[in-house]
Amino acid sequence: MTKPIAEELAKKQKDISVAEFFERNRHLLGFDNKRKALLTVVKEAVDNSLDACEEAKILPEIQIQIVEMGNDRFRITVEDNGPGIVKKQIPNIFAKLLYGSKFHTMKQARGQQGIGISAAVLYAQLTTGRPAKIWSRISPQDVAHYYELHIDTQKNEPEIVKDEEVNWKKENGVKIELDIDASYQKGDQSVDSYLKQTAIANPHATIIYTNPKAEQLVFPRASDKLPKEPTEIKPHPYGVELGIMLKMLKNTECRTLQSFLTQEFSRVGPGTAKEICDKSGLFTNMKPGELQLPHVEKLVEAIKTTKIIAPSTDCIVPIGEELLEKGLRKEVAAEFYTAVSRSPDVYKGIPFVIEVALAYGGEQPADQPIRLLRFANRVPLLYQQGACSSTKAVVQTNWKPYGLSQSQGAIPAGPLTLVISLVSVWPPFTSEAKEAVAHYPEIIKEMKLALQEAGRRLGSYVNKKRRVADQQERVGIFENYIPEVADALSRLSGTGKERIMESLKKMLSKNKEYIQAHKEAHKVEVRDKKDKEEQVKLGGFEDE
Amino acid sequence: MSKKPKEIIEDLGKDLTKEVLANKPPIMDVPIRALSNVTYDKKSRTLQLGSKKSERNFFNVAHSKKFLQTLEVAAASKELLEVGKHTSLRDVFYMIKRTIPNTKINIVDEQTESDDAIEDLEVLTGLSREQLNINANKMGSVAGHVVIEDKGDEIDWSRMGSGGWSIPSNVEEIKFKKVNAKYVIYMEKAAVWERLHEDKFWDKQNCIIMSSQGQTTRGIRRLLQRLSQEHSLPIYVLCDGDPYGYYIYSVLKYGSINLAHMSESMTLQNAKYLGITVDDIEKYGLKKNLIAFKEVDMTRLEQLQNYEWFKDHKEWQRQFKMMKTLKAKLEIQALSSRGISFISDKYLPEKIKNKDWLD
Repeated sequence: MTKPIAEELAKKQKDISVAEFFERNRHLLGFDNKRKALLTVVKEAVDNSLDACEEAKILPEIQIQIVEMGNDRFRITVEDNGPGIVKKQIPNIFAKLLYGSKFHTMKQARGQQGIGISAAVLYAQLTTGRPAKIWSRISPQDVAHYYELHIDTQKNEPEIVKDEEVNWKKENGVKIELDIDASYQKGDQSVDSYLKQTAIANPHATIIYTNPKAEQLVFPRASDKLPKEPTEIKPHPYGVELGIMLKMLKNTECRTLQSFLTQEFSRVGPGTAKEICDKSGLFTNMKPGELQLPHVEKLVEAIKTTKIIAPSTDCIVPIGEELLEKGLRKEVAAEFYTAVSRSPDVYKGIPFVIEVALAYGGEQPADQPIRLLRFANRVPLLYQQGACSSTKAVVQTNWKPYGLSQSQGAIPAGPLTLVISLVSVWPPFTSEAKEAVAHYPEIIKEMKLALQEAGRRLGSYVNKKRRVADQQERVGIFENYIPEVADALSRLSGTGKERIMESLKKMLSKNKEYIQAHKEAHKVEVRDKKDKEEQVKLGGFEDE
Repeated sequence: MSKKPKEIIEDLGKDLTKEVLANKPPIMDVPIRALSNVTYDKKSRTLQLGSKKSERNFFNVAHSKKFLQTLEVAAASKELLEVGKHTSLRDVFYMIKRTIPNTKINIVDEQTESDDAIEDLEVLTGLSREQLNINANKMGSVAGHVVIEDKGDEIDWSRMGSGGWSIPSNVEEIKFKKVNAKYVIYMEKAAVWERLHEDKFWDKQNCIIMSSQGQTTRGIRRLLQRLSQEHSLPIYVLCDGDPYGYYIYSVLKYGSINLAHMSESMTLQNAKYLGITVDDIEKYGLKKNLIAFKEVDMTRLEQLQNYEWFKDHKEWQRQFKMMKTLKAKLEIQALSSRGISFISDKYLPEKIKNKDWLD
């Protein structure tokens, strides 16, 4: 008797270690290549620091240092002045994947999944074998803790290499040091560029950065005002899919379906809850835990057809027109700046706000495509520009009336830096690497409206500038022509050339009204041209 | 006109200078030379320039260059008048062409610009360019029993060899000493003129034969008008049987948009269109020589149909209509298919004898 095949197969079935998982999915986590890995590690650490500072209401001051150690090996140090992390949590936060505080909440933050920093630690471990070094201190009264951590890749648990109390001059904050395989290049997708853009979208933060070339770049804060703290909201029914609904039903402490709906969701009152129950053929007093899969499916369907008011939007904290403009102003040298904040809107029951800012002119090249800077919850998005909804919104906007050149279906060209920022309790990314915002029609529509508003302001500036330039050019033309006209008139009339010239020059300098007849003149030209065309049309023949 | 051309030109400059010295922007009022300002005067049966003027203000970016060009042309013309010399349109272009110091601005880039400025000067001053001592290229030949005096030389049009006398662009000073001809035939094509000349047609028929190449020059038009007015000679026009030929006749007889300001001295009230007509095709068996219409021919034909002076003209409308159904045209030289000298032996004598023409 042969063994059932399932027995054979069972031999191969086992836990997949996090290391294997990481190896297979490194592209999803932003570690596709050495260059990108450098950026991702810095980004995860900086994002965490900024989130932590803001939560603790501390104006962030973040120091980043990258040192090249040869053989494509780099030492990255990121240090913040945040609240620090209590001793007990340090190993879990840094050396356990999918551990975090943010995944379960509906609140605007940079991080989401609790995967970022521990993935960075794992990457360091896999490429150099070196442990992550962590310093943390929560107050001047407390001692600083120092850890060296590995991740047990079989169990996805922290492995503590060293744990000691140390002297650290910092009163509070966290410092992490990682050795990784990487490569450093300047350019649009570099760490340098990422930090500069971070400074634009976070004008309340000071960032001090020493790059592998030992150049120190300081991005000082432009504002002493901390962003308002985002409030946590409950999920809106429109954004909840079957899987999440099942999990919520299982975890709730509510005793009835009615109370589950009214208490676990935003914008669901007793009336709405009853309507949902009626539509799905369920009793309001059913116990949430007793719902079977078919019931839950009906419930989700019923929600889709029920009118529920949009979620409250005060949970979102946009950067604000003033600060966004300030941020742009300090990092991009230009002639004209403006920023637009839209009011909040909602996609799939999730509130979001679109903000746009632009910097025009200066030394920026006029014949190149504009520079598009994309942000999601104040985090710069450097990759996957083509896949991002903001690119789509830019391309679908007609920039010609605003003084830029643009070919059909392309990013416009001109001396412009354009910032598009999305803030949301849950920004919809196209992948876990958080590189591009997904194409939700509501989001693209808001982006386009913001772009148009900013574009109109740009247009009126560009046109005004053009008018002034025209005016100057016109004066120039007359200055060139005056001696010639004076000469010809003098030859015809016998009056001295100098006298005529003087008089003409006086008219030019004194009275601009003479040369402002431009528009009228243009009309005459057009009429002449029309006549000529008509003539050709009618006569059709050249004579003599 | 009591004032001399030179004085008129100088006055133009003096008036503008006066404005400038009074701190007023210098402005020229140039009559508009475009269809919108041209009307057909039924009484005189000519195209007339209307009273519409366009202001050319130096302190107006769109005008300043043209303003300067017109002044430059005026100054060049004054110089010519002072030394009593004549020059061509091309020469005037070079007289005023230069780059304004320290700029990349040329006063004129192409001859059309100076030509335009000259026409503006004409309408501004009421002087013809010949009176301004500016001549066009000469482009025509004439033969016949006529003796003239030109700049003191006596010229006999019957003794000018195979090329005939070439017609200058200014014929104002010519004196007719002896005119022995019954009529004038003006033809569109130089090749046809050569045929008639070799056949001594003008001698046999006692007439004058004249041609230019293509559109008729001012000099020829003026010469035709003088022969018609001073010696009461009928003028017969011989063109290709196509819309372009009809148009040449139309310009000769009624004037053109560009020269509407000079209609009086140009138009030929009693010119007759001798051929080629659509009827000739049938009459002289020329069907096999037809050339099919191009799209542009049809458009032009339709334009002609709508000209005011042709609109109520039954005979012409009949021609247009027939040509429209035929959708084809016929060149004068097609007559050669009936024999090299068919045109001088048969076609022209017969047409003139039978008064087979269009008015």
